[in-house]
Amino acid sequence: MPKDVPRFWREIQQRYNMKGNKCGSCDRVYFPPRESCPYCRRESMGKMEKIKLSGKGEIITYTIIHVGPEEFEEQVPYPVAIIQLEEGPKITAQIVDCKIDELKIGMKVESEFRKIQQDGSTGAIYYGYKFKPVE
Amino acid sequence: MTDIGIVSYGGSIPRLRIKAEELADVWGKDGTRIAKGLGIAEKSVPSIDQDTATISVEAARNALKRCHINPQDIGSIYIGSESHPYAVKPTGTIVGEAIGATPDLMVADYEFACKAGTAGVQNCFSNVKAGLIKYGLAIGADTAQAAPGDALEFSAAAGGAAFIIGNEKVIAAINHTYSYATDTPDFWRRAEQKYPRHGGRFTGEPAYFKHVTNASKNLMEKAKTTPKDYDYAVFHQPNAKFPLKEAKILGFTKEQIKPGLKVSYIGNTYSGASLVGLAGVLDIAKPGDRILMTSYGSGAGSDSFDITVTDEISKYERDKAPLIDDMINDKEYISYGVYAKYTDLLYWE
Amino acid sequence: MRDVAVIGIGLTKFGELWDQSFRQLTAEAGSKAILDSGVGGKDIDAMYVGSMSSGRFVGQEHVGALVADASGFSHLHIPSTRVEGACASGSLALREGYLSIASGVNDVVVIGGIEKMNDVGGSAATETLATAADQEWEAFFGVTFPGLYAMIAKRHMHEFKTTREDLARVAVKNHHNGTMNPFAQYQKEISIDTALNATPVAEPLGLMDCSPVTDGAAAVVLCAADRIGDFSGKPVKIIGSGQASDTLSLHGRRDITTLDASVHAGKMAYKQAHLKPSDINLAEVHDCFTIAEICAIEDLGFVKKGEGGKAVENKITTIDGSLPVNTSGGLKSKGHPVGATGVAQIVEITKQLRGEADKRQIKDARIGLAHNVGGSGATCVVNILEGM
Repeated sequence: MPKDVPRFWREIQQRYNMKGNKCGSCDRVYFPPRESCPYCRRESMGKMEKIKLSGKGEIITYTIIHVGPEEFEEQVPYPVAIIQLEEGPKITAQIVDCKIDELKIGMKVESEFRKIQQDGSTGAIYYGYKFKPVE
Repeated sequence: MTDIGIVSYGGSIPRLRIKAEELADVWGKDGTRIAKGLGIAEKSVPSIDQDTATISVEAARNALKRCHINPQDIGSIYIGSESHPYAVKPTGTIVGEAIGATPDLMVADYEFACKAGTAGVQNCFSNVKAGLIKYGLAIGADTAQAAPGDALEFSAAAGGAAFIIGNEKVIAAINHTYSYATDTPDFWRRAEQKYPRHGGRFTGEPAYFKHVTNASKNLMEKAKTTPKDYDYAVFHQPNAKFPLKEAKILGFTKEQIKPGLKVSYIGNTYSGASLVGLAGVLDIAKPGDRILMTSYGSGAGSDSFDITVTDEISKYERDKAPLIDDMINDKEYISYGVYAKYTDLLYWE
Repeated sequence: MRDVAVIGIGLTKFGELWDQSFRQLTAEAGSKAILDSGVGGKDIDAMYVGSMSSGRFVGQEHVGALVADASGFSHLHIPSTRVEGACASGSLALREGYLSIASGVNDVVVIGGIEKMNDVGGSAATETLATAADQEWEAFFGVTFPGLYAMIAKRHMHEFKTTREDLARVAVKNHHNGTMNPFAQYQKEISIDTALNATPVAEPLGLMDCSPVTDGAAAVVLCAADRIGDFSGKPVKIIGSGQASDTLSLHGRRDITTLDASVHAGKMAYKQAHLKPSDINLAEVHDCFTIAEICAIEDLGFVKKGEGGKAVENKITTIDGSLPVNTSGGLKSKGHPVGATGVAQIVEITKQLRGEADKRQIKDARIGLAHNVGGSGATCVVNILEGM
């Protein structure tokens, strides 16, 4: 698990604000941001524009984790999903504020700011996005 | 004179709830009697992944959704709480980063028991008035701690509200503000301790009532108003009993108090309490409405505000974020076992 | 490009081997393979070792040299290289050895695959395996390795009406095959009900959908085809070898239910071997989870996309079926010492093509395929072997 503070700190903009980027050549959107577009490669170099994603999307698939990593043991069972964002990219995140039996593929979700994990009770707290069903 | 006041606001209340009966059963007490005595039927509980930082961010984002200000124009962020996730390292920078307000920013975390949030509002007001900043963001939020089995366990709740203060498109002008403070140890939490201690009935007369009464009276004197001039009054609400009694002392009616009295449904959100109440009033306020709000923080002090709702509120996009009542109604009940796990009681010293 | 053959194989027992160290396991598998091949220490031009995470499992990196040393070759100063590609580390080592012979640089190469996973506790093992996923954008958010495959399974069920029973049948079949493999970690039958009612791990996957945590090592000796006459080992030729990569994260993929790396590595191997999927007599595929076997037989072209579940139900992949899959018991029953798995698959295919697979022998097996996946599909290696 990434417990190293600088490693997390570098990604605050992505984890807090879902800052991705967009290929200036083909308009494909990436999250997390990429150095270049895998489709346009050299044509995209220097043309990747920063954009903030809406945090809205749809569940493509999900699982209910019953055996979690140490930092997540207190939360089991908890749902994790792959979400397709409105702008195109797919991401992996926890789903909250939703009863497990109400989860389904195709469900519309939006991001919320939550605690993701912490380095024990004395270490740093890492915040970021989770997703909840859209009312 | 240009109005200085609330440009936007937003609340955030975790959706988990525990009922007074559930708490009482564990400790062999009479839940119905306690619920009636405090006027709190159930309280909000943070989920395992919610804390003062996440509540503050969500409240701030809700405030930003309702207006069209550039977060970069926010020049100061003050967050009042008794439950900042870090003892050293500000909650305010987390919020600043999460709403895109960094880096040209004054930030400080405040603590003054339950009134640190309103102290933040006063500081933002002062900064705007002094011309130091365009907008200020003040937040009162808590995930209040209560020792297992303590009477506080029936009220200590989670929630908060954020207010953007400025002088453009002000939806509610702050006409006057006044504070009253003395050294009164009615409630405290020593450094390094997990749970607070309180003086029982000492928290009443010499503490809450003395400070709230004096602050409100002195403010009204300054504003040359009487209770009749107000459409709404919001007092700090550690339970439902205290603010109702306070209303009587000052001469406010139940009708003036009721709309801002949210404690009965979610418990005492500490630094969030009076601000959540004010947000609840703004949810229904019309142009011209006048509001008196007085917070209370143990230790002890009160901040009182004389507020007038402006015409701007009719154009204000209130529905871009959930109302306080929407958040109160969106809930899921948990057992004491889950509550204990989520609020870290399983590891109490 | 020179032809290359497997001329020696060696395997340790797979399981919770409390009294066996990393060194002992590697030496046992290596010496078995070397003795089987008939080569002497001085004939060995190079060694390649596949190990996913010796550093986290036993606190030891630099295992290329360690394996050469433990095998008793320190005084021969044989070049030894460790190769890593998560659970595909073993077959990546094999492919590096293969390429070094095919290119003409080496004649005789020893390949080792090893993982000693039980020296750490269960949650540390889970956490280590999760390093094969994208740490920053998957594991950080609480998804486990079973969780990733569970999301593949959930989507497969959604798109193709695959059922939990289909998944259970994979486990039942592989456990049955495992009863005939004395090296397997589990050598006992399980019923569909046992599989369906097992403790949930990451829904829809239960404990019986998951391969176990295993200690074990495997080794093979590769030799240039034009030199096999110099050694006594019974040769099996590598006629096709493919490798492909994809996004590290599952969510980054073109399609959640297709491992494009499998598709591409398969095509590459088929093309080199001048074969079609229907020419394959048996396959060892990467069934780290039951859903992975279903995806594998689809992605390798044995059945159409979406028909993997049906194929299992119709017993196509059983030991008596038209395409026996995982006769060794697969990762599910034989065990999955991650770095060893890819090499162990080659051991099984070689045994089958030599006619040495005892009770689980596939009659007249001539062409076998081994398919090894790293992560949730970011690396894939496919090798096709032919009996000689």
